[in-house]
Amino acid sequence: MLLIRCPWCGDRDEVEFRYGGQADVAYPTDPHELDDAEWGNFLFVRANPMGALTERWVHTAGCRRWFSVVRDTATNEMTPDIPRRRESR
Amino acid sequence: MVVDGHTSPAPDRLWRNPEPKSNYDVVIVGAGGHGLATAYYLARNHGVTDIAVLERGWLAGGNMARNTTIIRSNYLLDASAALYDHALRLWEELPEELDHEFHFSQCGVLNLAHTEQEARDARRRAFANELNGVDAEWLTPDEIAEVCPILDTSPRLRYPVIGATYQRRAGVAKHDHVAWALARKCDEMGVDLIQNCEVTGFVTAGDRVTGVHTSRGTIGAGRVGLAAAGRTSVLTDTLGISLPLQSHPLQAMASEILEPVHPCVVMSNHVHVYTSQAHKGELVLGAGIDTHNGYAQRGSVHVVENQLAAAVELFPIFGRAHLLRTWAGTVDVTPDASPIIGPTPYGNLFVNCGWGTGGFKATPGAGWVFAHTIATGAPHPLNEPYGMERFTSGALIDEHGAAAVAH
Repeated sequence: MLLIRCPWCGDRDEVEFRYGGQADVAYPTDPHELDDAEWGNFLFVRANPMGALTERWVHTAGCRRWFSVVRDTATNEMTPDIPRRRESR
Repeated sequence: MVVDGHTSPAPDRLWRNPEPKSNYDVVIVGAGGHGLATAYYLARNHGVTDIAVLERGWLAGGNMARNTTIIRSNYLLDASAALYDHALRLWEELPEELDHEFHFSQCGVLNLAHTEQEARDARRRAFANELNGVDAEWLTPDEIAEVCPILDTSPRLRYPVIGATYQRRAGVAKHDHVAWALARKCDEMGVDLIQNCEVTGFVTAGDRVTGVHTSRGTIGAGRVGLAAAGRTSVLTDTLGISLPLQSHPLQAMASEILEPVHPCVVMSNHVHVYTSQAHKGELVLGAGIDTHNGYAQRGSVHVVENQLAAAVELFPIFGRAHLLRTWAGTVDVTPDASPIIGPTPYGNLFVNCGWGTGGFKATPGAGWVFAHTIATGAPHPLNEPYGMERFTSGALIDEHGAAAVAH
């Protein structure tokens, strides 16, 4: 069981959350410019690292808000995605 | 071993443990079921024997050691039915051919339907199976009770069993013994099975791979085939090949050893558990992946709880059994829940990956078509639809939901 730190509610059990996969996958700025390979890449390919992955979770059984964390996929150690949140502001 | 005060000779080994040579015609990464079957059919069907199968841990210690051993071919789509039934026909030949007992038992699989929509989908799948030459029957609750008396087919369940598809040719095999049987034959034909030899990267020259970097030095290769399951991305990322794979924990579990009570395999999509009883006597249970990506080979307890709740609801007598072990492997899942088997942008590098939760059943079939792909440089007709280009063309083989089980 993962213990996940919701930025608003604090540490909660994994069962309160749903997983959202890789974070920061931006919709293409001009989709019409994409060829089939690039479009397929956008639709189907996501990062699959063994190590740090910035990913989305939603606190469905709590505040229902989305947030990002950095999790090491080999150890499950989680850290808040603070640098990236600052960048996007 | 000491018997009657005398030291008996060590038992015969099933395979040598050779030192790696500096070069091989073919290097296969991963000595699980698929890697071993690929080496076996490369030697048997194509006369290629200068092969090394490189394994980072011990032989068949990854997903081959962790699966629930279910073998079936009752898939909806034409490309899937052809591939998986080809595998099942090979399973039917292998006990004699490999000459090493692995307890292949065609005890049949029931895929339960609990809702009207599920029943309609299941019957559609059974009709599609018949049209594709895959044996399939639709059973009513009374008929299900005859096949599997311990299953609760009464209307008292929250999600009553309203019918099931039944594939009689489906069943189970003892996974470790399958690997050992293949390994023994590979070794006999001159294949080097090299354990504790982790591939960490590739040697390239232009658009070709000329060797692999390993924890035991660099090994040259004429062709390279990846059969590395959940760790495929880690390898292909080093070459800049982006594959649509997500590696997830997949858990399974076993009870203590019990008298034979469970005569077949039962799978339920809706309450989501699948069950069988191993040859040795353990009840073996599994279901879907943990939702998050992960390489830790461990999953979360709530996933186990959900499966056990479903199992106890369907099989009231399981309530008396003790859970002895749970474990997890790392499975590589594709967006359409079908594998990727074929060439890569590197002319002599081939991938067999993306089998997700269902790779064991395909072991000989995957080996057969992957060996063909490596030996000839082009896919076998059975794996032609399974190239990575389908994620550009859009010709997906969408078995998510279409298959007999959720992933």
